[in-house]
Amino acid sequence: MAHPYLPHTEADIRAMLDRIGVKTLDDLYADVPEGCRKKGAYALPDALSEQEIRARFAALEAENARLSVFVGQGAYDHYTPSVIPYLTQRSEFITAYTPYQCEISQGTLRYIFEYQSLICELTGLDVANASMYDGPTAAAEAMMMCTAIARKKTRVLLSGTLLPQVRKVAETYARFHGVDITVVPAEGGVTPLTAVQAELAKGDVAGVIVPSVNRFGIVEDLSGFAEAIHAEKALLVVYSDPSALAVVKTPGEWDADIAVGEGQSLGLPLSYGGPYVGFMAVKKDHMRKMPGRIVGQTADKEGRRAFVLTLQAREQHIKREKATSNICSNESLMALWVTIYLSLMGPEGLREVNRISTDGAHYLKTQLMGTGRFEDPFPEKPFLKEFVLKPVGESPAALQERLEKAGFFAALPTEEGYVSFCVTEKRTKEETDRLVAAVKEG
Amino acid sequence: MKYYDKLIFELSKEGRKGYSLPANAFPAAEALPTGLSRSAAPRLPEVSEPEVVRHYNNLSQMNFGVDTGLYPLGSCTMKYNPKINEEVCALPGFAGLHPLLPERLTPGACEVYAEMNKALAEITGMHTFTFDPCAGAHGELTGLMLMRAYHMRRGDTARTRVIVPDSAHGTNPASAAVCGLEVVEVKSLENGRIDVEALKPLLDETVAGMMMTNPNTLGLFETQILEIAALVHGVGGLLYYDGANMNPMLGVVRPGDMGFDIMHLNLHKTFSTPHGGGGPGSGPVGMTAKVAEGLPEIKVSGFHGNFGVILRAYAYILSIGWEHLREVGQYSVLGANYIKECLKDLYKLPIEGVCKHEFVFDGLINDGAVPGSEVPGAGASGAGVPGATTLDVAKRLLDYGYHAPTIYFPLLFHQALMIEPTETESKETLDAFIDVMRKIALEAAEDPMILHEAPHNAPISRPDETTAARNPVLKYWD
Repeated sequence: MAHPYLPHTEADIRAMLDRIGVKTLDDLYADVPEGCRKKGAYALPDALSEQEIRARFAALEAENARLSVFVGQGAYDHYTPSVIPYLTQRSEFITAYTPYQCEISQGTLRYIFEYQSLICELTGLDVANASMYDGPTAAAEAMMMCTAIARKKTRVLLSGTLLPQVRKVAETYARFHGVDITVVPAEGGVTPLTAVQAELAKGDVAGVIVPSVNRFGIVEDLSGFAEAIHAEKALLVVYSDPSALAVVKTPGEWDADIAVGEGQSLGLPLSYGGPYVGFMAVKKDHMRKMPGRIVGQTADKEGRRAFVLTLQAREQHIKREKATSNICSNESLMALWVTIYLSLMGPEGLREVNRISTDGAHYLKTQLMGTGRFEDPFPEKPFLKEFVLKPVGESPAALQERLEKAGFFAALPTEEGYVSFCVTEKRTKEETDRLVAAVKEG
Repeated sequence: MKYYDKLIFELSKEGRKGYSLPANAFPAAEALPTGLSRSAAPRLPEVSEPEVVRHYNNLSQMNFGVDTGLYPLGSCTMKYNPKINEEVCALPGFAGLHPLLPERLTPGACEVYAEMNKALAEITGMHTFTFDPCAGAHGELTGLMLMRAYHMRRGDTARTRVIVPDSAHGTNPASAAVCGLEVVEVKSLENGRIDVEALKPLLDETVAGMMMTNPNTLGLFETQILEIAALVHGVGGLLYYDGANMNPMLGVVRPGDMGFDIMHLNLHKTFSTPHGGGGPGSGPVGMTAKVAEGLPEIKVSGFHGNFGVILRAYAYILSIGWEHLREVGQYSVLGANYIKECLKDLYKLPIEGVCKHEFVFDGLINDGAVPGSEVPGAGASGAGVPGATTLDVAKRLLDYGYHAPTIYFPLLFHQALMIEPTETESKETLDAFIDVMRKIALEAAEDPMILHEAPHNAPISRPDETTAARNPVLKYWD
């Protein structure tokens, strides 16, 4: 029975079996013990035609709610220019594998080199890798890097203002990798330097992970952090939303040793959480301890500029059981996505995205405060596109559900009983006003 | 493929732009305090839209993909990536879904996960799957965490060792190390299978488990798998299945029935999703019911794993259905054995017999070496020529329009050349590849310099990798 993905005719199969010297396809499995063969038919769906597959997915898609998104919390509904899906769908990019054969992978190697350069520009650090799975895993890898560099010290401080998913993933890795995590609770919506210093004073801290814009949307002032942390020979890791790095002080400017974060905000679709792309950049001193693939520039025999995977002695396939990271595949195509996004947007476009989103968020917050239904827990703190409020006279969950019914995904409850809002350049003023009206209607 | 030398930064000109945004309808917010603002704008390129499009098209033309030609990269399963899969994952009702939406609003997405869970459990004989891991190695790490969590839950804290065969993928020992486990290597026999006698003394109550691929990285079925499973289970250990080599098992053998307790699949290998130049992948982890009790303790990615990849794999499963599953496995094995039989008179086959989806040659039988010199190029002066290596064969294949096989892996052989054709390649494609491989073997025998200097007509010749590592240039701006 022919299938469009399987080109074998009966005659082909016969001729190949004859050449091999066996009678049937089953004979190719003669060495498989009877005891582990599958008995009976597989309980799987009937094979569908392409038309039926399309219909099946259309039906599934229709079951999902289509709401106007006013929530971020690590996944941001920014606009994706049309060019990006067209280019990333090119067969030569999407159907290639890791650029092991560099002579016929210069396309992949070049865009990764561009991506690394762009990440260095955004973060203000010296060296970036070819990408990580997502922001939270990039933070977990940074955590393991801290303890690998510090050698005997096994404790890492996590700011309580990091996104919950960052904390959860880091805690999972830490438990099995033998890292002790201490969460430093937020004070006034930010990471308290004095509490960090008190922990550092114990002398066993390998690294400290803090966000540059935190889960309350607040832009953190990290003055004094690097100094205090470096005095204890620990590393400062700054977790960032790279879109915001066009306007806020960079990890490099805060004198961070490692910058990590979630690249999704650079034009990637929300896609229910993935595929996204984590990024990592480090100071040059730590380059040879960085996990993941790295592309470097060199020349071919004719002296033409050429690009190769380099510094491979760091990687799992060489180090095997001595490895401190096991990452192999990364998120290459999503790194291409980010590279094209940043090429299109340029410095002014990215600033403009921040300007519209920030203005929209500030407008929304003012309007929501005007309803008299909220308290502002952090009135003095600077924020960009995201903020939290405390609902008065209505539970966070009830407010969220009420807004859902009005067509909005907004007011996501936090662990403190606040609700989180986010505005991107995709939200119009009219849409924002309707959200405020819906809040009032309850 | 043609050489193209630009980087996007070199197309930049101040004042150009490649985007358009709606006018800002909101009142201006208060500016960020200077102490929190970036001091200088990032040096991002300023390029028009058509220039961006042309640049990346030009870059793509220096790349080789599955859609270009045969990509026989062993252990990577470079099968055809169906195009309908790309369309369905981009539907706005999936691509626009925020990951923190409550499940009551995402029944379509939840159904995809539930259906995929059911299908993968049936295909593998596992109880349930988690879809959080974003790649194969990520799945391995997750699986090993679940293994350790299982023992810890039982108060069995002394189990800190994991047994890994010497032929294993590099990620296996690396994942174990990252998971805080001590790696113990078990040797292979002459016939490429695990030495069960050498395994026995390694097994005791300090063993958390054992990681295996089956078929192994030589493409050979571990015929003593049931004994191995009984031995590992006998000392209270768990058996982990590295699903990188699952393709030939489809429709015939299930890891669960072989005695495996935990496994990962690479959806970007076995289930046809594109490799994307090195990701995004997806590495769902399957497990037995007793292992699944540990799932709530483990969170390895931000949200729900790579949903876009999972959608593609689901479309593939719907296309293959129960009817064609067995053909996928069988044809992958058929193709590999066919190539092996047609080339083993010219390439060293270290282990005879039927393979599964891939096999390993140990270099050329006649590498064309002329005794008297180890220096390439010295042949012209009559002083001898070194033989053509596996690297040389790989580079020469590029000249003939093929991607190279996996080379120098597994580490059991010095000149390993690992070939995996996959089931989506026709007999004509395999025959053409065989002809080229034979031609290359004859070229090597006559004049290995042709191979030493290959590729001759790729966009670039062999680059200087030593300088790249010694004086790293890793970004455009200094």
